[in-house]
Amino acid sequence: MNNTESKLSKNINQVSSKKTKIKKTSPYKKKVAKTNLTGFLFASPWIIGFLLFSLYPIIKSLYYSFTDFNVFMPPKWVGLANYKELFSDDLFYKSLKNTLFMTLIGTPINLIVGLINAMLLNVKVKGMPIFRTLFFIPSIVPVVASSMLWTWLFNPSCGLINKALGKIGLYQPNWLADPRYTKPALIIMGIWGTGSIMIIFLAALQDIPAQLYEAADIDGAGPWDKFIHVTLPGLAPIMLYQIILSVINNFQYFTQAYVMTGAGSGQYSGVIGGPENSMLFYALYLYHNGFNYLKMGKASAMAWILFIIVAIVTWILIKTSHLWVSYGEGDDNN
Amino acid sequence: MNQKKSDSKKVTKKVFIYILLISFGLMFLMPFVFLISTSLKSDIEAFSPNFTIIPKEIKWDNYAKAFKEIPYLTYTKNTLIITMSCVAGELISCPLVAYALSKVNWIGKKPIFALLLATMLIPYQVTMIPLYMIWNKLGLLGTKWPLIIPSFFGGAYYIIILTQFFKTIPNSLLEAARIDGASEFKIYRSIMLPLSKPALATIGIFTFLANWSDFLGPLLYLSDQSQWTLSLGLQQFMSAHSVKWGLLMAASAMFTIPTVIIFFFAQRYFIEGIVTTGLK
Repeated sequence: MNNTESKLSKNINQVSSKKTKIKKTSPYKKKVAKTNLTGFLFASPWIIGFLLFSLYPIIKSLYYSFTDFNVFMPPKWVGLANYKELFSDDLFYKSLKNTLFMTLIGTPINLIVGLINAMLLNVKVKGMPIFRTLFFIPSIVPVVASSMLWTWLFNPSCGLINKALGKIGLYQPNWLADPRYTKPALIIMGIWGTGSIMIIFLAALQDIPAQLYEAADIDGAGPWDKFIHVTLPGLAPIMLYQIILSVINNFQYFTQAYVMTGAGSGQYSGVIGGPENSMLFYALYLYHNGFNYLKMGKASAMAWILFIIVAIVTWILIKTSHLWVSYGEGDDNN
Repeated sequence: MNQKKSDSKKVTKKVFIYILLISFGLMFLMPFVFLISTSLKSDIEAFSPNFTIIPKEIKWDNYAKAFKEIPYLTYTKNTLIITMSCVAGELISCPLVAYALSKVNWIGKKPIFALLLATMLIPYQVTMIPLYMIWNKLGLLGTKWPLIIPSFFGGAYYIIILTQFFKTIPNSLLEAARIDGASEFKIYRSIMLPLSKPALATIGIFTFLANWSDFLGPLLYLSDQSQWTLSLGLQQFMSAHSVKWGLLMAASAMFTIPTVIIFFFAQRYFIEGIVTTGLK
């Protein structure tokens, strides 16, 4: 319906443009120029915002990364010194390693849990709205509040987690005080907030046509076959988008680590990334370099390295996606 | 016989689903129970080795204390000012841009949309320091302005949601008005906006939630305690008094409640927003 409509209007456009061509070209051109101006005016808030708050800062930060700069004094050109300093900085590698851990382990866990929950919530049984609400709400709790809550839940002696582990006679780790357990603790906390991933998967699951499952039933497919051949292909385009966003988010992991390492207090003075810097994530180290030690040049170099890593990872994910994403028919009808 | 067999199979499946739903549901719920429970306990009871869900002595006190010891009202006021201004900013700017990207056939329609998508990949850390320097030069460090002004230029994510929604509104409606000689802005204001109320509500809610819980922004720009938001204020309080768990949990509960209330009132917009984005 829509399609024929747009075709029709195209035809009309063509006819009218032909007519005008016969007479003169200028009224048509004038109309195009007017449309372009209209479009530009409507889009101008974002275009101006992009130039001021994205493009200019991006270029400026590249420039800063080649300077020695502490906010109070004008930047001084030092060439590649910041990058050289970073590549011989143990904490830089530590923060990169910690962040990669969260990205490589945390991202798949979040996606898998989100998917399982979405599939569970997609079954038609009574009382589903209550369960959907329950599964989703943790994801809208403010990050500072949830980080405080989980710091308390992970309290080695009085926290709920170790109380529960104690009840069933399991080992009770020191969680946030034991460098081996800090990142697993953060990943567990992350699972609690996977509601936002879950709800997107849920919306996508509901878009998969029921006939596909019926056809699979007729072919005698079991639940696993249906999952592999119907559900996963149906989710593939959203999967790509979710993976890219999760990876980018994990590279910027900050607030939880900042709150749970007690940054800004005198308590852990000297150590900025929790026990043995096991929670020193890339964005946290970058922040401390810039705003605690006022090494803005070094922080900018870190930002650009992050930018390049994110760009490469995204590029690889998109380029290889045809290997594991099979877009259904008619996915693009813009 | 066969019918009976498949019926009992269905029942087993249902029971299994319920067991999973309830056990997962409890796992998601327990932290909230613990939050409320601790918020009503004295510090001594919070640290006692015998854990009970219902406190022996209910201390409403913690909530009253949170207002006094943490300047809770000031932080709430600051958070509300920033959040509501941002909601206004996004609601003014995003639909304008989305209109250009969905309903005006101009030269920049596709390239600008592509650029918009690309900006979502830029880590905040890349622009963070130069932005800080810009606000520094303008003399606005320590004020709420650096947190508010950018929202008037449209957030990429919200523009994308609205663009997708606008595309679902038939062009014929707009064409009719164009033939009648209505100006583009009039069409936008009197046709597009009224038809887009649900999508606008979604944007408003998403903006509210994002700014209500934002931490890095206030941490960078709000140096003076009188300007702090709830996120920043609570984090600072926690790092200074990390043993007052009853008080901290009471404060966290009060911080969280508005988001939960909004969720209940606006549930439909959450789902709709996500479905219309469709991200397809």
